[in-house]
Amino acid sequence: MSFYRLTIHELREMLATGKVSAVELTRDVLARIEKVEDKVKAYITLDPEGAIEQAEAADKVIKTGTGGELCGIPLSIKDVLCTEGMRTTCGSRMLENFVPPYDATAIAKLKQAGAVLLGKVSMDEFAMGSTSENCAFGPPRNPWNTEYICGGSSGGSAASVAADECIASLGTDTGGSIRQPASHCGVVGMKPTYGRVSRYGLVAFASSLDQIGPLTKDVTDCALMMNVLSGYDAKDSTSVQQRVPDFTKALKEGLRGIKIGIPKEYFIKGLDPEVEKAVQHSINVLRDAGAETVEVSLPHNDYCVAVYYLVAPAEASSNLARYDGVRYGFRDKDSETLLDMYKNSRSKGFGDEVKRRIIIGTYALSSGYYDAYYKKASQVRTQITADFKKVFEVCDVLASPVTPTPAWKLGEKIDDPLSVYLSDILTISANLAGIPGISVPCGFSGAGLPIGLQIQGAHFQEEKLLTVAYNLEQRLHISHLRTENL
Amino acid sequence: MKITPQEVSHVADLARLHMSQEEIDAMAKQLDDILTYVAKLNELDTGSIVPTTHAISIVNAFREDEVKLSLEREKTLANAPQQNSESFVVPKVI
Repeated sequence: MSFYRLTIHELREMLATGKVSAVELTRDVLARIEKVEDKVKAYITLDPEGAIEQAEAADKVIKTGTGGELCGIPLSIKDVLCTEGMRTTCGSRMLENFVPPYDATAIAKLKQAGAVLLGKVSMDEFAMGSTSENCAFGPPRNPWNTEYICGGSSGGSAASVAADECIASLGTDTGGSIRQPASHCGVVGMKPTYGRVSRYGLVAFASSLDQIGPLTKDVTDCALMMNVLSGYDAKDSTSVQQRVPDFTKALKEGLRGIKIGIPKEYFIKGLDPEVEKAVQHSINVLRDAGAETVEVSLPHNDYCVAVYYLVAPAEASSNLARYDGVRYGFRDKDSETLLDMYKNSRSKGFGDEVKRRIIIGTYALSSGYYDAYYKKASQVRTQITADFKKVFEVCDVLASPVTPTPAWKLGEKIDDPLSVYLSDILTISANLAGIPGISVPCGFSGAGLPIGLQIQGAHFQEEKLLTVAYNLEQRLHISHLRTENL
Repeated sequence: MKITPQEVSHVADLARLHMSQEEIDAMAKQLDDILTYVAKLNELDTGSIVPTTHAISIVNAFREDEVKLSLEREKTLANAPQQNSESFVVPKVI
């Protein structure tokens, strides 16, 4: 039996009843990685010995019947989350040899729940990108067709889940970086409400937008992961003291009483007809499940990319000032003066996209331009947030595409950063407004590439997202499909 | 042009990045495209709108001012490119 193909909820049952041990399961997943990793290239760091040790410890706990919610479940982790003693590169030469002295809170929670951490997976450098091609150690591939991008920035997370190189993964989403790769790889990915999951120990890109969330094989696993990850943390001053529900209670049949808004601005010119068809079909399926639909308008959505590509780089330019070659990270050893050391360390340590965003951000914040760019963008951000507030007065959730097109070929847009930025137009607003969003598989393109449906909701309404996503999943029966190409 | 190669060079200096003339020219062109695109924000009248600084309205996050253990020095210095067991070592400043 191929244990690696199974979900968290299936395996929890099997682990508890002794049908499989954590060590057997971990060995099985490691063998799967051995078999397909050459083609997928999802992992930056793999720790087979450490994983087996964690699995042995998990087996002992399982025998006593006191295992945590993820006891013995092998996971991959986006390489932007600090893992004590395990290299954390952020996909950058700058942190190629950085070994964190502590665990991020999200990692500590996974460990406490008994999860087995297999290693760290690929991503765009410092999470800046939509294709994972900006990874300094080479891009991961889309398991459905390895000539295609897997999306980004949590590309390694999505690819490792879709290729069954882990049971589930942890990613981060600053402008769509969980939802978009989940959509391109045919897995479930949730960006929780800003403040729902502690960001302590997450290497900062844009602090007012970053959020940690799960990428899983189905909606039930997403709920299970959310149960473990959520909650207030004194170490993150932006984490919110909000009741954490049992998210699995939201996995219920039927959508009677749920009103789904269809934002007309999300059905933009340039929306791929195959994506539109899959999304429209999903909306019909949700109606069949009892939901009511209503057309709504988010008039400022068209401005979200412009706002994002000022706000996010501005925050990034400030956050990334810490990489100066002094305390950790890459240092240019040949520089003789302090200033040269700063400049050369940063110039050699960062890749092109990171430099581009640092320059945009520094420019947008610089004297004389602040009002025209950063302040203006932050004001429009207020308008985007107000649009959402208004529509959530008339509907419970929004349904839309995640991305305007299915995945494209590796290298196709590498010289045209603006066209890649524009592909984020359907996911960015959620980060600007801090609301939750989920991508759930809803179909395939003619070329056999996955398409996702995005469901967004008001602050702390993740349960409604899960209910709607669960109902779609139960009716489409495609979440369990895996590529036979590997 | 929204941004000239000279301006890119100045901003790179502020951001402590060294770039070759070739890199600066290429970056100026890409930034010009991006700044031309973001100029669409000027279509909106935002006169008295309060700028968003936080996605969620948390007023403040106070905590007791308690002394707690911080990272040990050895661990703190472990990732340093150069250190002498007590401090981070950098090129001579003065």
